[in-house]
Amino acid sequence: MHDYSTQELMIIAAAREINDGERIFVGMRLPITAYGVARLTHAPNAVGLFESGVARYAPAEDMIYTMCDGPNQLGAAWTTGLIQIMGLLSGGRIHAGFIGGAEIDRFGNINTSYIGDIAAPKVKLPGSGGAPDIAAMAERLIIIINHQKHRLVEKVDFITSPGFLDGGDARERAGLSGAGPQVVITDRAILRPHGPENELHLAAIHPDHTLEEVIENTGWDLKSIPEVAQTAAPSAEELAALHQIDKEGFWRS
Amino acid sequence: MQEAIAEFVHDGDSVVLGAALENAIPFAATHELIRQERRNLNVIAPISDISTDMLIGAGCVAEVTGAWVGNVSGGMGHNFRRAAESGQPNPIRIYDYSNFSIGMAFFAGAYGLPYVPLKSILGSDIVKSNPRMKMAENPLADEPEPVVLVPALKPDIAFLVVQRADRNGNSHIWGSTGLTQEASIAAEKIIVLADEIVEPEVIASDPSRVLIPGFGVNAVCHIPAACHPAPLIGRWRRDNVFFHDYHKETRAPEEFDRWCDEWVRDLPDHAAYRAKLGGQLEELRITGEALSAPANYATE
Repeated sequence: MHDYSTQELMIIAAAREINDGERIFVGMRLPITAYGVARLTHAPNAVGLFESGVARYAPAEDMIYTMCDGPNQLGAAWTTGLIQIMGLLSGGRIHAGFIGGAEIDRFGNINTSYIGDIAAPKVKLPGSGGAPDIAAMAERLIIIINHQKHRLVEKVDFITSPGFLDGGDARERAGLSGAGPQVVITDRAILRPHGPENELHLAAIHPDHTLEEVIENTGWDLKSIPEVAQTAAPSAEELAALHQIDKEGFWRS
Repeated sequence: MQEAIAEFVHDGDSVVLGAALENAIPFAATHELIRQERRNLNVIAPISDISTDMLIGAGCVAEVTGAWVGNVSGGMGHNFRRAAESGQPNPIRIYDYSNFSIGMAFFAGAYGLPYVPLKSILGSDIVKSNPRMKMAENPLADEPEPVVLVPALKPDIAFLVVQRADRNGNSHIWGSTGLTQEASIAAEKIIVLADEIVEPEVIASDPSRVLIPGFGVNAVCHIPAACHPAPLIGRWRRDNVFFHDYHKETRAPEEFDRWCDEWVRDLPDHAAYRAKLGGQLEELRITGEALSAPANYATE
């Protein structure tokens, strides 16, 4: 037993990916909490952006279910339109964005649209929202997904949000300006692109998880970077910041 | 609003419902379109939460133009899935966009551009699945530079929820507005659903807060909580329980029909819907004050 949950570890791992002063597309749930932790610890000058037309310094005080909820607008740095906020992406002014998805493949491409054939899908997923725009135009992408074999697949059925496409320099050749996925945080491990193919490699394993288990739950032949680490446990300061935000212990179990 | 929809919305029209994303969704109009049994609509919205799902389930929709369709609280929209996966209650054509590309398509429609060349959906299979979009090279660049051409969207009609309007449709909106501005200018007709009707002097006292000027508005309807269960900044909180209940109670087609009878078809109008919600709606009413500083427009 640890004094933190898996989800809390994921939040803190995500928070560590945010640098001070950066402008970040945040999203709901786990990423917004990670953003809050980063602001309270090592990145007090980070700025959070929300597709609907909101920019914030401090995260919302009260629980929000959508980016459009009142507490996310009260005391915002800017409430405006979608084009004004998402245009910052196209203008190359956003450092990083968080996205999740139903499926990710070994080149970091994400599917949130169709499982199976587009014409007769087995599952029609809700769709993209602004994720393709973030994946294409943010300087780098932080991905959070649950680590299951049917989610981490060899090749996604539909690329909603581009990672490294077919690998190598395919992303650059397609005209995408951002550097693409730089980290994938799961409930078992942390993956990062590695080597000339930009294939996702195992970079760190969370405490209490094993290499065999991570490989077993990955849908492609997962390789490792030369020195795989164990994910650093949350520090007392990081946990204190998280508890300050997550007053009701939503992420504790 | 019954008269406005009877007069201005026809079968086969393209209709914007939910331009602001997850707040200010005009659910009152969604309900009335179902009651009046409009058919073959092209529903256009970046993220419309369960509004589009309801219209699909009620058999009103032939096409969906959007970036995300589902239930923000529950995940999937059951009717959207049924229509896409098995053609129930009728097959629908889905035109996928990202949020920025649908936004810029409205922008092009609003300002008379035939298309916009975008880079933000490069690499996405949306470009392949949406026949409206086309890959091209930037003709003004010296080096090869791929762009995606996205044609203008010009909807027939947009329904927009605003915090307050005067009787001429001049409307104040505050908080994040998503694509409200672009959709309202791109649309041929505009119907404003105002949470409150105020005297023209109130709106004129702060023209910078006007997002929709009255001269483009075809009808103004006074409908408190027209956004329910979505939130409206400074007026109504989001009814998260209602979204969860909808998700639980619409899993099968017959379950949706029961839900739709209870909450839409068996009610004559939005006033009856508010009355049915009763105390549940009152609990969502925002009664606190966090007022902005006044802006001085004096000339001397």
